[in-house]
Amino acid sequence: MHRLPPQCKLLAVAAFAVVVVATPREWVWVLAAYGLPLGVVAATAHVPPGFVLRRMVIEAPFVAFAVVIPFIGLGERIDVFGVALSVEGLWASWNILAKATLGVVAAVLLAATTEPHMMLLGARRLRVPSLLVQIAMFMLRYMDVIAGEARRMRIARESRGFQARDLRHAPVIARSAGALFIRSYERGERVHLAMLSRGYTGSMPVTQDLSASWRQWAVAASLPGTALAVAAVGGTVGAALGGAW
Amino acid sequence: MSAPPPSLRVEALAYAYPDGTQALFGVDMAIAPGERVALLGPNGAGKTTLVMHLNGILTAGHGSVEVAGLPVRPDTLREIRRRVGLVFQDPDDQLFMPTVRDDVAFGPANLGLRGEELERRVERALDRVGMAEAIDRPPHHLSFGQRRRVAVATVLAMEPDVLVLDEPSSNLDPAARRELAEILRGLDVTVLMVTHDLPYAMELCDRALILSGGVIAADGPTGEILADAELLARHRLELPYGFAPPATSPFRRPSTRG
Repeated sequence: MHRLPPQCKLLAVAAFAVVVVATPREWVWVLAAYGLPLGVVAATAHVPPGFVLRRMVIEAPFVAFAVVIPFIGLGERIDVFGVALSVEGLWASWNILAKATLGVVAAVLLAATTEPHMMLLGARRLRVPSLLVQIAMFMLRYMDVIAGEARRMRIARESRGFQARDLRHAPVIARSAGALFIRSYERGERVHLAMLSRGYTGSMPVTQDLSASWRQWAVAASLPGTALAVAAVGGTVGAALGGAW
Repeated sequence: MSAPPPSLRVEALAYAYPDGTQALFGVDMAIAPGERVALLGPNGAGKTTLVMHLNGILTAGHGSVEVAGLPVRPDTLREIRRRVGLVFQDPDDQLFMPTVRDDVAFGPANLGLRGEELERRVERALDRVGMAEAIDRPPHHLSFGQRRRVAVATVLAMEPDVLVLDEPSSNLDPAARRELAEILRGLDVTVLMVTHDLPYAMELCDRALILSGGVIAADGPTGEILADAELLARHRLELPYGFAPPATSPFRRPSTRG
């Protein structure tokens, strides 16, 4: 899984997400079954469950929103443990939770098996505009440098007795942010000069061979493929049973 | 008589920035192939402005720059930038790619190299600065001295005829400073080294130029220039406390490697 070219993995995750989102929320068992191919991916890639769970914290705002919906939802009410909840709200909540979780797990698995810069090289192979890829690449490279500068500025402020306590201190922080912006801008100019000095003419040279074989595409396609098959089987069985899920 | 053209020839070079600030007032200099020359001068003397002309990042307002006989012009820029390698002062400006390998490959790839030939170039350049084992690491995980060496490799990978270094010893600890000196001494290219570090100039360069007020104010053997306290003082240059240049025979330390 780690060795699969990044563009295959990116496309596989995107396609999987499309299949998940397109599945009707009433197909509860189909949505649950989508977890299986993800589990297989995690197992073959040796990504430990704890790693995935910790990174799923990013989903928290969606969870919070999903929890609120059944309480504020309108229409028919149902009694759950003595609390009257909106049926429509419960469905909406389930829809958000299930689909967001599947999407986030797929994205976490992608991130766990792909170096950030490989992801960008994959995006470039998928014809994402080169300028956007270059911007993201520089962001990746200079995030630490700029964070380091921001940290040194904070230490310099605090060394001279400054503590940001309330809103009145905002101008100081704002000026620091402005200085940081100008420094970063100037660094950008110097980096550009360094690039020109080494023959840059507007496009990044492609030095790595990232071409994917049919077999690798097939491996990648198996994730959305399996999901699609699960949906097809689930949909047919559901229809045969008269939608009585 | 058919002596090879100088590696670098600058004639009557004058330049004013777009805001009207005149930085260079007619610089003349010539550097022979294989020479190692120090360019000394106080802050604001125009050293960086001069360096930017050597590979055509700035174009001469007046005068000319030639690299091994090839004039710097818009139509020769590609070849000029292959011939003149600029190593910037801050390695974080120079190393902008996600891995050391990609960064060293950037220059030669822009020259059109690909595949195995490119890979060989990258490995050889890193080998020359003793950083071969860092090839797959991201630049921001290296120490400052290591980054400076990789920055030199990014330029060496283009196999330049002239290596121009802006303050190569700045921010290096003494060991990293010595290691870089050993690497530079071992290279068979023409070197122009912009520096405030006078002992470093003494150690590495037989000849020194003083750029002051936008003109070349002195040009001679490094030992003689550094021995002339009055000349140095006139151009806001000073030897570090306790350092006395060996005026007669240039100071040459034997390699301390191994």
